[in-house]
Amino acid sequence: MIRVQEDDFDIGAEIAKLKSGRTDIGAIVTFTGTMRDSSHGQTLDTMTLEHYPGMTEAELARIESEADARWNLQACLITHRYGRLKPGDNIVLVITASEHRAPAFRAAEFLMDYLKSHAPFWKSESGPDGERWVEAETSDEAALSRWDDDKDAAE
Amino acid sequence: MRLLYFAWVREKTGIGTEEVELPREVTTIAELMTWQKTRGPEFAHAFERSEFIRAAIDKTHVRPNALIGAAREIAFFPPVTGG
Repeated sequence: MIRVQEDDFDIGAEIAKLKSGRTDIGAIVTFTGTMRDSSHGQTLDTMTLEHYPGMTEAELARIESEADARWNLQACLITHRYGRLKPGDNIVLVITASEHRAPAFRAAEFLMDYLKSHAPFWKSESGPDGERWVEAETSDEAALSRWDDDKDAAE
Repeated sequence: MRLLYFAWVREKTGIGTEEVELPREVTTIAELMTWQKTRGPEFAHAFERSEFIRAAIDKTHVRPNALIGAAREIAFFPPVTGG
């Protein structure tokens, strides 16, 4: 399931919803990305997330179905916020569920790697030194290469 | 044809979305970016370092050599920074 929203999310409530009425799930992994109060040595007051409505949802759904095809997940949720955030605020939540832990762990990491390099979001950070667009990390692109080898999917 | 701009590309062009008629000789994303540079100082500035700009056709990521074809919507933006 995909959600792109301005509002905050409640991790516990999302896990409860995902598990509700189900007894087949054996492993649930969550990843939460939160806003830090500094970046590259600069203090941050706020961060504004812009996105491309329509494409964001399409990209996240594509990434989710790719993870599902690889690891046959029992359940999956990707929630990403946009708008103005402050240090400590939640940004992104990924929840994956499977019978055993390995697919859930791997799928969560895969989803975050692909989300960071494909989902059309842009962060603008603001602090005492002014406002600036965050530059993409080359390490995010490099992180994708580890998923080229499909052998994990068979586990 | 609808063109969309995001993040610093939007700030530099000064607009988020517009409807334009593309010249017939513009057939690829790379050619469209070259054409953008001729559309006044704001666009010249925005597309000055076009190697740092990414594009999407009808909400799908594409490379500069992608053909525009029957596209309805083309977006330009910096490398993404979500997550």
